[in-house]
Amino acid sequence: MSEFTTLADAIARFVRSGDRVALEGFTHLIPFAAGHEIIRQRITDLTLVRMTPDLLYDQMIGSGCARRLVFSWGGNPGVGSLHRFRDAVERGWPRPLEIEEHSHSAMAHAYAAGAAGMPCAVFRGYRGSDLAKVNPNIKFITCPFTGEALASVPAHRPDVTIVHAQKADRAGNVLLEGIIGVQKEAVLAARTAIVTVEEIVEHFEGLGTNAVILPSWTVRAVVAVPGGAHPSYAHGYYARDHAFYVAWDAISRDRESFRWWIEEHVMQGRPETFKDRAYAPAASRRT
Amino acid sequence: MTGATYSASEMMTVAAARALRNDDICFVGIGLPSAACNLARLTHAPRLTLVYESGTLDTKPTVLPLSIGDGELCETALTTVSVPEMFQYWLQGGRISVGFLGGAQIDRFGNLNSTVIGPYDRPKVRLPGSGGATEIATGCRRIYIVMRHNPRAFVEQLAFVTSLGHGVTGGERRAMGLTTEGPALVVTDLCTMTPDSETKEFEVVSLHPGVTREQVRENTGWDVRFAAQVGETPAPDSHELDALRDLNARTARAHGTTGAE
Repeated sequence: MSEFTTLADAIARFVRSGDRVALEGFTHLIPFAAGHEIIRQRITDLTLVRMTPDLLYDQMIGSGCARRLVFSWGGNPGVGSLHRFRDAVERGWPRPLEIEEHSHSAMAHAYAAGAAGMPCAVFRGYRGSDLAKVNPNIKFITCPFTGEALASVPAHRPDVTIVHAQKADRAGNVLLEGIIGVQKEAVLAARTAIVTVEEIVEHFEGLGTNAVILPSWTVRAVVAVPGGAHPSYAHGYYARDHAFYVAWDAISRDRESFRWWIEEHVMQGRPETFKDRAYAPAASRRT
Repeated sequence: MTGATYSASEMMTVAAARALRNDDICFVGIGLPSAACNLARLTHAPRLTLVYESGTLDTKPTVLPLSIGDGELCETALTTVSVPEMFQYWLQGGRISVGFLGGAQIDRFGNLNSTVIGPYDRPKVRLPGSGGATEIATGCRRIYIVMRHNPRAFVEQLAFVTSLGHGVTGGERRAMGLTTEGPALVVTDLCTMTPDSETKEFEVVSLHPGVTREQVRENTGWDVRFAAQVGETPAPDSHELDALRDLNARTARAHGTTGAE
């Protein structure tokens, strides 16, 4: 059963240096507050798994948390490059970054296979792509019934998956709404799952019968961190901070301005500050 | 200001939009494809079905999204499914008629690179990577490509094949047993191109108004071919331009940005 705790406690107890960690959320509900806590606790040598590294992994890679990245699309959505990711891959700063590169379809299938307890995913993919030449974890197998060549990748089995959600109830069940991405699969695939939520309520009210709920017995720790997905968004709570995504381009382009930003907003920051930033009217937000 | 003047970028978006039909089910990427698809929906193809890889089915956004998973997409969709379901049942399941792609580089057979410039292990420029593109390229019935035309993008040899077009010789799809059509149209800010029915090499079939063959040659890194009959792309009409500019203005207001493409 899940337990309620603080973010500092959950990260300290369940995330170890060297772990394989997935912080998921497909543009929506990205667990920024949890990632910042990992940076603050100076956890390192992580294998970071995520379909779209986004600003969060740019920050973690630039802070030296990652040894390896498993991903499928590493850009700043609608803006351009992830400069810290590129600096690590192109110039090895602040440390060399090994990459295991996939397509979205492969990553999604690998999470689903992990959730299903399978050793690998089988799907129709990677046909004619050079990705299969540079990633030894992409293989082709033959369908025993039709003879069709099918792609296979190892299932994702993170040591720890961290996601952000709208609500938990008092029993520690978790509700996800909106663009739900691969979060359910990533949680079920993991040995340990940590969930940050906008709020904890007595009971979920007014749900349809097919709501996306992670039962409390699939989650290890639940932490209330209002605004914890900023600058991404939480459907029904606050909008995506597009202006911050645009501003990140300049902040992250330069190593010194990046370091300053991390010191000011992460090392000196606290989970409680996310609420103000996420819920502020767009015009008054500052970077 | 309608009808009389328009930018090369507007011409490109309008030309791409015209390729879409009411009965298409379209897998939409962010940026140029999203603008073209939504323009089609706002003009000649109001029943066009848009699907975004974030899981939104029958999406009808009123403004263009900045990211592939904006709340606007979910709020205006018929329903939103998980990302594994999107790639398994909807894309791999063969339910999408048109996929829109772009990339950093394209070759004469419509193969696309969105991964690296330079060697993979020591890249000169590390690009974002495949995202959905690799399986969109083979899973949709046909592919439309929208890209700005310049010699760094239209190259003789790709640094990396992220997404299969018609392969390195033009015959790879059939050899692999693929039943989908592959790239059927390339729209740029200079011209439109379609593949030769036999060789599958893309050739120019229409030049946008005011564009010369020489301009296309200068901006293409291979010895580009022209079809036997090369027409002029009809200029955007006032209805198309008004719809596109309204869409971009609404988008800029919603995102607090200066413009959207």
